[in-house]
Amino acid sequence: MGLLVSIVVVLGIITFAQLIKVFEVTKSLKGGDDHIVTDKENRNQATLMFGYLFVFFAFCIWTYVKYGQFMLPEAASVHGEKIDTLLGFNFLIIILAFIITHILLFYFAFKYQRRVGGKADFITHNNKLELVWTTFPAIVLAVIIIYGISTWNEITRSEPENALTVELYAKQFDWTARFPGEDGKLGEANYRLISGTNPMGLITDNSLEEKLAELNEKKAELDAKLLDAVPDGKIAEDTQEEIWRVENHINKLIAFQKEADNRGAGYISGFDDKPVKVEFHLPVDEPIKFQIRAQDVIHSAYMPHFRAQMNAVPGMVTSFYFTPNKTTEEMRLITKNPEFDYLLYCNKICGAAHYNMQMKIVVESREKYEAWLDQQPVFYAEGLERLLEEELNKKQEVLASKK
Amino acid sequence: MEAQVTEKEILTTQHEEHHHHDEPFLTKYLFSQDHKMIGKQFLITGTFMAFVGMIMSLLFRVQLAWPGEGFAVLNFFLGDKWAPEGVLDPNMYLALVTIHGTIMVFFLLTAGLSGTFANLLIPLQIGARDMASGLLNMLSYWFFFVSSAIMLFSLYVESGPAAAGWTVYPPLSALPQAVPGSGLGMTLWLVSMSLFIVSSLLGGLNYIVTIINLRTKGMKMTRLPLSIWALFVTAILGVLSFPVLFAAALLLIFDRTFGTSFYLSDIYIAGEALDATGGSPLLFQHLFWFLGHPEVYIILLPALGITSEVIATNSRKPIFGYRAMVGSILAIGFLSFIVWGHHMFITGMNPFVGAVFTFTTLLIAIPSAVKAFNYITTLWKGNIRFTPAMMFAIAMVSTFITGGLTGIILADAALDINLHDTYFVVAHFHIVMGLSAVLAMFAGVYHWFPKLFGTLLNKRLGYIHFWLTFLSAYGVFFPQHFQGLAGVPRRYYSYTEYPMFADFADLSVFITIAAIIGGIAQVIFAYNFIYSAFRGQKSPQNPWGSNTLEWTTPIEHIHGNWPGELPTVHRWAYDYSKPGKDQDFVPQTVPLEEGEIDGESGH
Ligand code: HEM
Ligand SMILES: [Cu+2]
Ligand SMILES: [Cu+2]
Repeated sequence: MGLLVSIVVVLGIITFAQLIKVFEVTKSLKGGDDHIVTDKENRNQATLMFGYLFVFFAFCIWTYVKYGQFMLPEAASVHGEKIDTLLGFNFLIIILAFIITHILLFYFAFKYQRRVGGKADFITHNNKLELVWTTFPAIVLAVIIIYGISTWNEITRSEPENALTVELYAKQFDWTARFPGEDGKLGEANYRLISGTNPMGLITDNSLEEKLAELNEKKAELDAKLLDAVPDGKIAEDTQEEIWRVENHINKLIAFQKEADNRGAGYISGFDDKPVKVEFHLPVDEPIKFQIRAQDVIHSAYMPHFRAQMNAVPGMVTSFYFTPNKTTEEMRLITKNPEFDYLLYCNKICGAAHYNMQMKIVVESREKYEAWLDQQPVFYAEGLERLLEEELNKKQEVLASKK
Repeated sequence: MEAQVTEKEILTTQHEEHHHHDEPFLTKYLFSQDHKMIGKQFLITGTFMAFVGMIMSLLFRVQLAWPGEGFAVLNFFLGDKWAPEGVLDPNMYLALVTIHGTIMVFFLLTAGLSGTFANLLIPLQIGARDMASGLLNMLSYWFFFVSSAIMLFSLYVESGPAAAGWTVYPPLSALPQAVPGSGLGMTLWLVSMSLFIVSSLLGGLNYIVTIINLRTKGMKMTRLPLSIWALFVTAILGVLSFPVLFAAALLLIFDRTFGTSFYLSDIYIAGEALDATGGSPLLFQHLFWFLGHPEVYIILLPALGITSEVIATNSRKPIFGYRAMVGSILAIGFLSFIVWGHHMFITGMNPFVGAVFTFTTLLIAIPSAVKAFNYITTLWKGNIRFTPAMMFAIAMVSTFITGGLTGIILADAALDINLHDTYFVVAHFHIVMGLSAVLAMFAGVYHWFPKLFGTLLNKRLGYIHFWLTFLSAYGVFFPQHFQGLAGVPRRYYSYTEYPMFADFADLSVFITIAAIIGGIAQVIFAYNFIYSAFRGQKSPQNPWGSNTLEWTTPIEHIHGNWPGELPTVHRWAYDYSKPGKDQDFVPQTVPLEEGEIDGESGH
């Protein structure tokens, strides 16, 4: 680091010294020559331009050799492999175009530099040539478009059957992955239910009651505070406003409760869901459906090794499907890196700690995945027990009535 | 023949005029309604803003190269609150990135570029005495000035400037609880941008009306220089798209202050569930990018126009395929309105819509390719003179191609899934838009400096400036492609939390050093600019041997541009090296000879 800084300083000094020298030279040269490019200068700059072509290409190759190796390893998902092939195809075309156009650009600049007594050709246009270079890119682009869109359609249109549904829930500044319980279904959520004990706002009869109790308690506190406050003062005003907000929240929740009651017991499938943090596991070779939500601002679920990304938008549920096809272990062999891990990170600017909002993903066999999932606590164990009891009772009643 | 006569006339009349004109300082320099002065005002204000934006980028590049280390410069610029012990604060990092982007995209490359060259060139190149409305023109500048001042002022507010990215997506930009910059800083951002939009509309309407109505005798649309065509279409794009940004900003202001919920829905933040439901953050993105994409062409078209002039003049050769160039400007202008969705492939919008936007976006590559080919062919069999302006123009063609090609990758929705919001995008848009437009702007300044200040920029400093700029430009942005392909996200304060990004630690240092060298180059330019404006060599009437009308006006600025009558135009702007002429250029004011054919089909 110290070395680098000194390099910069030295470069700075050199440039400055050069500057002063140049200035002295120019000043001593009297008279208006700044609009005239001398033959020598013209030759020099033309040569430099041509030299630049080689420097630039060398630089491209150097960066490729040095940093190209750190590009993402081969895709770890089924659709990701298609994306890689498409990317390779497109790169082939644009690199070719890049090389050809740059050689022409800099070579022509060099070749057609001003010649003493020379004159440019008066060429204004050439219909044939122009037709060729309009149609040719058009044809190439047609191929790119058709290939690209069909890949896109394959990826986005083919909703797999019996996919395992996993929710990715984003908030400032971490992720929660939620797995369905025995019922295989993810419970519904409502952001008005979010609380310390229910960070994803899952709907269960219990969480509704708890949240209502919390709000009522808060309202009582505020009411007391209002009584104590100087009437019409700033504190009173603020408190009154907060009370209105809390009351509004309570009313909305009560309305929601009624609606939910009308809908029946469907909403309680959240009891047995398993929210996990920091790390989550996926079974290999099985289609996964990610259901993606956000609590506060937009985030983006980015899993580059699977070539997967989808925004997490408050007020919306978005989704992305993929089938992981390489386990973490396999990927460690492929990358020759025993510490390799799949990662999920946030890729939409979301505030101060946006840069560190990550989760580890482990892809493994079905058995290992199940063993891992078994160890994860369910969201609302008591509720689950009660539910099981109720169901048991119902079954017994049914049995009893049959008898 | 006639041209020479007029030239003599000009010189004599100019002398007289000059002595009679002693305007008070206030109306001459400050509240001037003269388009040339307003052009200078835009240039100087825009350049000043650019220096602010550049310093910001160097500050955050320092953090990226040496994360978490203390630097006295950071503390010097940002103080103890935002850089305690010289370590940049993460919120301030985001704020710097945001204001840097805003300044560069809007203040430098929209107002600075169009404002300077539309004002300077439109009346001079079409043969008009001034803009259609000098008053609106003056207002346009002063709205821009106030807007700039407010943007700069927002740097000093207690909670920091806006920090939600230059695209200011809500809810992040709507909720002060989400990021401190979304407090007063964001309010000022919105106020500043609203004034900016007013400025841009006043300017744009004026440019359009002027070009349509005030062309001198003989200046048919088909004889307009490409610079004017480009500025014309740019102004139309601005007038059609900026109001949409205004609407987006207005609704955001409502959401922030009046409790509406256009963009907000189901949000729980800072321990509280907000009441807003039913709004959509995606609505903002649609509105924003409906401006945002045309905006990138509002930046790029004037750059292409300038490049066309500079390349033709210095190749001493007609621009190749004038009609195709005009056609491609029109095609790009039209297409730019139907591609905005390529910024939203992974927002959860309907995949079918994604396919449509992939299609329309890739179509733009065709007129873009035509432009690139035409520039290259203009050089072919030319007689090239390497003025600094010409070098910048050639460099611009290179960056336009390099950046345009990676656009083809990003336009493919399937590929964007994995590249969206990574450094690949940063590389793409900096090269295609940032570098191309900045290089073209330099080309324009070197080329038309005599028309701005009556003097010439120092040539040798120009070469040094060019080479340092061009080398550092690719040095900074080319390697970022590889970071993007490795899945490195943009807008991260630090990459140290991810073992896989450690591979790029030394690259970050390399990039930062390249950026610092680029910064030093701009100091050289600033020195050259200021020195030459006051003490530079006096320019002759037509220093580059150009055909266009601006070089028939006297070097000393006068009101009304031409003493005596307005010039009459007899030919297109590209009769360079026309056979049978004794000079290698034929100004537009020279009448056609017997049997001489004008324009593209001329021989
Ligand atoms: C061949 C022509 C071009 C194509 C096909 C193209 C395509 C794209 C696409 C698809 C994106 C979105 C990428 C993403 O967000 O992941 C993008 C981003 C961008 N492009 Fe281009 N582009 C082209 C030319 C240009 C030009 C000429 C400019 C500017 C003058 C430009 C400026 C930008 C900017 C500023 C962004 C970044 C937006 C952001 O995410 O903040 N592009 N381009
Ligand atoms: Cu995030
Ligand atoms: Cu765009």
